[in-house]
Formats: sequence, C-alpha cells, structure tokens
Amino acid sequence: MPGASKVDPSKWKLVSCDPDKCTGCTVCEYICSLTKDNAFNAQKSRIRTMRLHPLVNIAIACRLCNPAPCVTACPRDALKQSETTGEIIIDDEKCDGCSWCIEACDYGAILLHPEKKVVRICDLCQGDPVCVKWCPEEALDFTTRDLLSQKARIAVTKKLFKESMEAAGIKP
Amino acid sequence: MLGYAGRILHVDLTTGKIETQPLKEETAKKYIGGIGLGMYLYLENSKPGVDPFSPENPLIVTTGPLAGTMVPTGGNGHAFVSKSPQTFGVGEAKAHGHWGTALKRAGYDGIIFTGKAEKPVYLWIDDDTVQLMDAKHLSGKSPQETEDAIRNELKDFYIRVACIGVAGEKLVRIACIINDKTRACGRTGLGAVMGSKNLKAIAVRGSKDIPVANKDRFLELVKIQHERMKGPASRKYKTLGTPENVLVLNALGAMPVNNFERAVFPDADKISGEYLNERFVAKIIGCSSCAMRCEHIAVVPEGPYKGTTTRIEYEPLWAMGPNCGVGNLDAILKGMDLSNYYGVDAISIGGIVSFAMDLYKHGLIGKDDVDLELNFGNHEAMLEMIKKISTREGFGDILAEGVRIAADKVGKGASKYAIHIKGVEMTGYDIRGLKTAALGYAVSFRGADHNRHGAYGPDVSGKVNRFKAEKGRGKLVKETEDLYTIIDSLIVCKFSRGTYFEGFKDLAALFSAVTGIEMSADDLRMAGERINNLGRLINIREGLTRKDDTLPWKVMHVPIPDEGVSKGSFVSQEELDLLLDDYYEVRGWTKEGVPTIEKLNGIGMEDLTYIVKDKLEPSHEKPKRKSKTEE
Repeated sequence: MPGASKVDPSKWKLVSCDPDKCTGCTVCEYICSLTKDNAFNAQKSRIRTMRLHPLVNIAIACRLCNPAPCVTACPRDALKQSETTGEIIIDDEKCDGCSWCIEACDYGAILLHPEKKVVRICDLCQGDPVCVKWCPEEALDFTTRDLLSQKARIAVTKKLFKESMEAAGIKP
Repeated sequence: MLGYAGRILHVDLTTGKIETQPLKEETAKKYIGGIGLGMYLYLENSKPGVDPFSPENPLIVTTGPLAGTMVPTGGNGHAFVSKSPQTFGVGEAKAHGHWGTALKRAGYDGIIFTGKAEKPVYLWIDDDTVQLMDAKHLSGKSPQETEDAIRNELKDFYIRVACIGVAGEKLVRIACIINDKTRACGRTGLGAVMGSKNLKAIAVRGSKDIPVANKDRFLELVKIQHERMKGPASRKYKTLGTPENVLVLNALGAMPVNNFERAVFPDADKISGEYLNERFVAKIIGCSSCAMRCEHIAVVPEGPYKGTTTRIEYEPLWAMGPNCGVGNLDAILKGMDLSNYYGVDAISIGGIVSFAMDLYKHGLIGKDDVDLELNFGNHEAMLEMIKKISTREGFGDILAEGVRIAADKVGKGASKYAIHIKGVEMTGYDIRGLKTAALGYAVSFRGADHNRHGAYGPDVSGKVNRFKAEKGRGKLVKETEDLYTIIDSLIVCKFSRGTYFEGFKDLAALFSAVTGIEMSADDLRMAGERINNLGRLINIREGLTRKDDTLPWKVMHVPIPDEGVSKGSFVSQEELDLLLDDYYEVRGWTKEGVPTIEKLNGIGMEDLTYIVKDKLEPSHEKPKRKSKTEE
C-alpha cells in the first residue's frame, strides 16, 4: 500500500477474533512476543487472550477506533493514527508510559512494555499479522469492518432462515 | 542452557525459609524435566521409609525445558512428584493448562516443598518475590473457588493457581491438585500430600522472557508440528475426544463393567463419545501453546443436573459410568463436576464407588453401613457416595483410604473386590483380554495406569494376539515406557504423541532447538530408560518388590463372562510370571526386578547404585524364586 495516501477507515484492516472458534490456546501471544521482542512473554504481546469461563474465550488486539480515544487521551502527543492503515503509531521519544491511553482504551488492547516503559499497540505487522498466520484454529482474521459486518449478516441470516433455506434446498 | 530457568525454588514450610538453588546442567541433561527431574529431586531430598503424610516427605513440582515456549502442547505442563499415600512408592502426576507456563516465566524449573506449615498457607510467587500467605480463609473452598479468591485478593486475573480442595485438606488418599479450574494432577493422591503440609495453593505470576536457543530452527519445527496437528494424528482428540473409546473398547469386550465383573456394557450407546458430543459438548478448548485442542467442555442441558459444566474424558466417564453400572451421562457429568469441586481423582473415585457397590452386592457391607441403596447403576447413590468419600463422611471415611486400605479395614475377603495395582485404582481397560497392556500395568512404577506405557496400543490395534502372553511383550512395553517417560519429562501432552512421526528424533530436535544442548534421538531414548529405572529405584528404596508387580485379584481369577471375542480370558499367575521375566530381562534387571549395577552404570546412574547394592546377591545371581502357586 503506498505510504501517505489516505484510506477510508472502513477499508482499514484489523485483527479480529471469532470467539466461537477461539480455544484460548494463546498461540497468538506466543508468536507476537517472539516476533516483536524475540522471546516468549505474554506481557509483551500486542494481542491478549481472555478466558472468563471455559466456554468464553477471546483474543483482543487494537480495534483501530476512529477517532481513537488513545490518541485523544495522550497528553504528550506521543500517539498518532495512520490515515492509511489506521495503525496507532507510537513515538517512543515522547511516550513516558503515563498510561492514560491504556485507561482510554475500551478493549484493553494497549500494554505498557515491562522493560521499555513505553506503550505498545498492535502494529498490524506491516499488513501481514503473524498471529493470524499462526492461529491453529483460524479464529483470527485480518479483515475490514465492512467484511466483518458482512460476515455477521451472513451468520445471522443463516440462523434466522435456517428452515426456509433447507426448504429451498440451499446448503447453508 | 536456555529452556531451563536454571533455578529450583526450595520452600521449607516448617521454618518458612525460602531460597533458590541452581539446577545443574548435568542433571537437566540426564533427567530432562517433568517427572524425570522431579523424581531425581525427590531422591536427593528425601529419606527412605517416611510416611507419605510426614513433614519429612517432600513434595516436588517441576516444569520441563519446553515450558513457556510455543512448542505445541509443550509450553504449559507441570508435574508433581512425591511419595504416594496410595502406593507408598513413587507418586507422580502431570497436568497441562497454563500453570506450568507461569512457573517457568517466573523463573523456576521446579519447587521443592519440605516440612509442614503450622497453619494453612498458600505460596505466592511473583517472579523473584516469593512469600507464604495465610490461607485460613481458603480452607474448605473448592479449587475453583480458591482460584477465584486468590485472583481477587492479589488483584490480577492472569495469576495461575494450582490448589487442593476439601479432599486434599482431609487427607483423602485419592485427592488431586487442580490448576486452571479443570486440569488435574490426578493420580496417586498427591493432593493429600499437599494437604498434609497445610499447603492450600500455589499462585504464580510469571513475567520473564523465555528465549529459545535457535529461533529459526525452532519455528521451523513448530510449524511442522502445527501442520501435523491439523491432520489425522490428532483427529480423535479434536473430534469425539477420548470418549470415542467407549464404543471401541465395548466392541472389543475390553471395557470393564460393574467393578470388573463384565467387559461389555449394554448401555454403551447412552454414554458414547458420539452421544456425548451430540448432546452435551458445548465447546472444545485448548491449553497454553496447544495447536490441537482437546478439552471437551460438556454442559448438561436439562434435568436435575441442568447447567453442570465440566471437562470430560474417557477415563472418568468410564469410572463413574460403566464401572458403576451407570448409563446416565447427566449423572456422570455431575460426578465429574463433583470430583473437581472436592478435588479428587475422578478415575479413582469411580473405582472406589464401584468397589463399595461390589461389597454391597456381595453383602460385605449393608445399608446400615452406607445409608444408601448402593446398587450398581444407582447413580443418585453414586453421587452421594462421591460426596461422602471426598469429605470423609460416615463410611466414606473408610473408603477415602482407597480400595486397598479400605478392603483391609473391611476384611471378610474384601480384597478380592479391590481393583487396584500397587494401591492405585484401575483405569478403564479390561486387561484380562489385553495381555501386553496387563504387563504394562503390572510394572508401572506409579501403580495402575495406562499412561505409563500405552501398551494397550499393540493389543487394541491387533499388532499382537492380545489374548496371549508370550515372550516379546517385555520389549514392546519397555519401548513405549521409555518414550512415555520422555513425554512426561519434556513435558508434552500424551495426546500429541502421534504427531512425533519419528518419536525420539522429533522430540530431541525440539529439545535442542529450545535449549541449545545437543541431544540425539539415542541420547533421549537412554534418558527415557534412565527415568524408568529411576522410578523403579525409588520404589525399591521404599521396599516394593516383584510381588508388587501384580494385577487385581479379579483380573487373575475371574474369566471375562460376556459372550463375544474376549470370553474366558484372564491373566494367570503363570502368564504374569512369564511376562515379568521377559520384561525384567529386556530391562537388564534381575529376576526380582532389581536393576543391576552394570545396568545402572551403563546408563549413567552410577551415583544411585547404592540403592540396589544390598538388594543384589554378591554374584548378581538370584536364587530360584518360588512362584505363587508353589508357595
């Protein structure tokens, strides 16, 4: 994707997790921390898993909000959002780890790097996220909001019209 | 020496003193981790002949070199080791989940607990800050409640907890240690050892980096494993799960029913893996680093146990199902849930209830004893009995000792109904008609267990004539035993065993990529042999002999009665002797099952020959041993 051109936020691709498929195995955390920090350490992973109950599992990474509350919250202008990809870009020189952005994020998708004391956010791996590639259950998708809503519409339509579809001989 | 944290934590519960000691590279190479390292540390830190509940009996927990890395199934395991209150020899049990990962990330390869705390405590490991915390408020809580309470009071959801329930506190001999709410170090009663030390829980937060020695090679190997795990090698675990065994074993006449009375269950369809998955399984989840996923979470959809949500596998399903004559999955799932709630081994609890049902049937105990109509198939009575045993209420107090000790207490020939090996209740294979497996079970160093050897494999697959005891079975058992001890020492999951197409070679490659220590397939095979000898040595030190390598009375005296392929099969003393002789010979042990000094020297165990010295004749020639029938 060419560097500076502005892209409509609906076309930004984000890492999204299908909770029906997620098994809570944390492979995404392993591969993220290995790729970004050269060691396995969930505390350094830009994507985090949550198992609230055996039946409730999900992995969460940056949602590319627009406008982004983290950017707004930062008192030092250390964060800015790429107009091309939606990625939140961190200026390590300006960030002092104050963590206002962490509080501002509704998804818990920002971490304070335990050693560098600056924040870290999913950087989309230059458009080819390793977590998506390695997820053994294909629960992670690198996709746009448009496609996510399409997917949801297909799923809900299947559910609502299951009987009609069967009657019409359409294979769900 | 990457992969290893290089440190062992030593917690003296009597004095409260906490210190670390280095893990020697030589020890790591020889005993790998998991049960191998755990048993070695046990030997180093214990005296012979102590009571399992004595403060002098240390409790060890270890991880393996792969813990904390993304080796699929390998990143998360841990193993507890101690003297078992059931076998009075070595006890060990592994679990997966997330706890082992946390311990490694906190910077420890293992923990040695010695002594006994004055009051209930739990250990809180926050990387390098380790402290004993008051646990009075946790007494009586289930493992699940304990985990929540600790996470709440320490205010971190990602803290991992391994803990005991009421059963462990009350020294029920089949108590287990549960982590991540549903995963258990189940067998050999180590939860009771933990209880005897007044240690309620071990809470861990680990935040350190786990690097690997050769990242590119490592990722290449992991990718291969990921691909294999998508294929047929792990199909069973990802689809029906281990309950697939129900119909398979039933068709083979190899599923024990009503405390090993029969080997075919008429209601198998009502408890099959197929039915379980169709009606109950709501989701299949995975442990940390796993690329397979196997943990079938079942939910009871309606009826009196509606909403019961639990993990389920074949073994507990069998133990509380066919073995108790129960063909009602709602009740079996409730039983599983209760086992986790009280913190008891869900296999042994079924074995004990079926034993009590057998005594009831034969009039050795009556309604006055148990306050229940304890007939086979009465699932309400079964669930009530599970509670009584787990909390030592009424007759449950006697049964809480396990079938072997309870049979002695009941007397009147009750031992014939006690289905155990070395004091540990049997698992769900009717070995009367699985004679390779029968040998594996008899020699297993931790008592009745299909997971020390997997020797049912050649029997069930038809590679050998399963109804025949013959020379050659010793070699089959030894080979899988040596592989299985490595699986339990590295620690990877047994369910992944089919994805190591080249066995030791694949596992050695993973070990080397993580640790940077050169390890060949042969080195690792020898480590497997060494660790099996180590288990044997602890048992010998604790006084176990060839006589303990035996099978339950029914297995040796009551032929399978069901019409079908297995009819008439049982294991006679002559057959068992033949199998044992063959196995000991392959192992390089004497006729009494004692490793020779030459053998031990040959596999790098010179430092432990002191254990066998007085057990061997000066010439290493054994006197002719009388067989049981001659005595």
